[in-house]
Amino acid sequence: MHIVVCIKQVPDSAQIRVHPVTNTIMRQGVPSIINPYDLFALEEALRWRDQAGGTVTILTMGPPMAEDTMRKALTLGADRAVLLTDRCFAGSDTLATSFALATAIGKIGETWGPPDIVFTGKQTIDGDTAQVGPGIAKRLRFNQLTYVAKIDSLDPESRAITVERRAEGGLQVLQSRLPVLITMLEGTNELRRGSLDSALRAARAEVVRWGAAEAGVEDTAKCGLRGSPTVVKHVFAPKPRAEKAQIIETAAGPVRTQADAVIAAIFARQPGIESDLLRLARHS
Amino acid sequence: MSDAAKPSPPAAAAGRSSMKKELPEHFKAYRHVWVFIEYERGNIHPVSLELLGEGRKLADKLDVELAGVVIGAEAEALHEAALSCFEYGADLVYRVADPILAHYRNEPFTKAMTDLVNTYKPEVLLLGATTLGRDLAGSVATTLLTGLTADCTALAIDDERSLAATRPTFGGSLMCTIHTLNFRPQMATVRPRVMPMPERQAGRIGRIADHSLSMAEEDIVTKVLRFVPDRDSDKAQLAYADIVVAGGLGLRTPENLRLVKELAEVLGGDYGGSRPLVQKGWIEADRQIGQTGKTIRPKLYIAAGISGAVQHRVGVEGADLILAINTDANAPIFDFAHLGIVADAVSLLPALTEAFRQRLSINRAAS
Ligand SMILES: Cc1cc2nc3c(=O)[nH]c(=O)nc-3n(C[C@H](O)[C@H](O)[C@H](O)COP(=O)(O)OP(=O)(O)OC[C@H]3O[C@@H](n4cnc5c(N)ncnc54)[C@H](O)[C@@H]3O)c2cc1C
Ligand SMILES: Cc1cc2nc3c(=O)[nH]c(=O)nc-3n(C[C@H](O)[C@H](O)[C@H](O)COP(=O)(O)OP(=O)(O)OC[C@H]3O[C@@H](n4cnc5c(N)ncnc54)[C@H](O)[C@@H]3O)c2cc1C
Repeated sequence: MHIVVCIKQVPDSAQIRVHPVTNTIMRQGVPSIINPYDLFALEEALRWRDQAGGTVTILTMGPPMAEDTMRKALTLGADRAVLLTDRCFAGSDTLATSFALATAIGKIGETWGPPDIVFTGKQTIDGDTAQVGPGIAKRLRFNQLTYVAKIDSLDPESRAITVERRAEGGLQVLQSRLPVLITMLEGTNELRRGSLDSALRAARAEVVRWGAAEAGVEDTAKCGLRGSPTVVKHVFAPKPRAEKAQIIETAAGPVRTQADAVIAAIFARQPGIESDLLRLARHS
Repeated sequence: MSDAAKPSPPAAAAGRSSMKKELPEHFKAYRHVWVFIEYERGNIHPVSLELLGEGRKLADKLDVELAGVVIGAEAEALHEAALSCFEYGADLVYRVADPILAHYRNEPFTKAMTDLVNTYKPEVLLLGATTLGRDLAGSVATTLLTGLTADCTALAIDDERSLAATRPTFGGSLMCTIHTLNFRPQMATVRPRVMPMPERQAGRIGRIADHSLSMAEEDIVTKVLRFVPDRDSDKAQLAYADIVVAGGLGLRTPENLRLVKELAEVLGGDYGGSRPLVQKGWIEADRQIGQTGKTIRPKLYIAAGISGAVQHRVGVEGADLILAINTDANAPIFDFAHLGIVADAVSLLPALTEAFRQRLSINRAAS
């Protein structure tokens, strides 16, 4: 089996700060990490490879320095890495991103054999649109399986696959046929730590770098800013609430006094709420 | 740092914003606002009605019609759904009924939706940002090669009749407004509970236009083997609960989550928590409240031992009344809560539960 996993390099958002005056993102010194959701996709890919045999190729579109994060993914056990990097990809929205990634996956197929499964994460932590997976599936004409909580069965011979997909109000059990694109839910599997063996292999492994032409992109007008129908017009800080919370003062009395003061404050502020509560409490 | 292939962050928006609007001739025929109606197992997802409310405002501003799109197996049932659409503001409903459409599947729904768009040409197409809506929206936008703005919290029409779709970014610390200038339709997904539920106008009517699905079951690879409803059916209700009590790391131990649940129960509400509680396995992932969890819009939200990080804040700001319980008088949650008490949640929560229990039972006896 040949499995491709799409991995995005993202800024570690826990450390992102917004400049209070200019409203710009202060990226300086913010480390880049593998999009956390993509690790679940990678883990699932590695498991099925270990079970059914084959290879796992990871693919990232990003700046040259994304090579560092790719090497980390190699340490976890991926077999090869392709970094798609070219000035013409700058400013891509999801339509342009899925175009570039789908084209590169086509080229990966020509070079190392057609993929049976393409995995993506559920979404990223920076753009967080969850649109790139469906975009790739549509362009490659792969069967699309999003929000997959579990792959129940997968038979590379008959090419049948059964998955549990998170739907509204329950799980859909879907049967489909390879090739498929799967967007993997988080928390679906225990993540592995890299082994010494794969660490050594990763250190030696080459990260293949492709520009647009090498990836098979013929029309660069479909890439980057030019290929993006969406336009970011305006960036601003959310309006802070004018007034702060009204603090309920209960000079360190017993908790019951505090509780009564809280209830009084709630009812004073929102007189209608008591009848709502009566109605709701009766129903429960 | 070389940013060769980085998606442009909002800070670099200037490049894009200077692009001029020149809508190609063939897109000028695109008119009207559409809302995809998520109809499953006999119910319309509330987010679709919320979007009809918002879509009505956009359509009025543009002076065009508002249409709902209902897709499913039985024409009769879809007729009922269409009547609801009219009562919530639609002028017109496009109906695609075919046994193939019995359960949501990407292929036939994408086909139905894109055929409708190519035939009737809407300028705006809105979908709920649910697992279904996002699965469908991404495929439809890619097939139509148009722009799609994800997870919006505000929609407006600007002076050039263009849809201005605003969404939080970087976990809510910044907002950005995105346009699809030169392509049609302009698509956006909106989370459940971000827009208010419109008033139902009983008896309001409209027109139904039928469209057929040009697809056979043999054309569709993916089959639905079965649907397993969530056992804990309340989970899905959290976003729509009138009262929500949530806990954060200030609860200290997983056992103390019981205090949150008990208060929620006495109030007839639902409970949730901040993200760290999910990460620690104290509560299920679908009870997480905030940017990467559920958006809630209850009448009363009680946050116990939650600091009020911006990612949490964006999920709760629609609440009518927020009460924060926190030991730290400087916790950021007091910046956006309406009421606050500087107290130990672990001892205050049971006292509140008891006080509410008595108060409600006395008043119930009296009423
Ligand atoms: C603040 C902000 C808001 C944005 N809003 C929008 C918007 O509303 N609409 C829009 O069209 N674009 C938007 N963009 C642009 C969008 O983020 C980029 O197109 C980005 O390249 C991919 O989208 P994503 O990060 O949302 O990925 P998602 O669709 O959330 O990613 C899903 C999965 O796709 C894979 N993937 C995504 N990007 C890559 C990559 N570069 N390399 C390898 N695999 C990848 C990963 O497996 C990932 O888990 C926004 C960007 C920013 C910074
Ligand atoms: C990309 C991203 C997405 C995120 N999405 C979400 C999201 O969707 N939802 C979310 O909630 N978070 C989210 N977060 C995490 C968020 O940034 C905060 O880390 C998180 O909300 C903090 O949780 P907390 O308030 O429970 O814990 P803390 O920040 O540790 O706060 C605990 C609070 O409890 C108070 N306290 C301590 N003891 C007591 C006591 N005995 N009684 C009362 N109060 C007490 C403390 O004063 C403190 O204010 C996200 C973060 C990132 C980076």
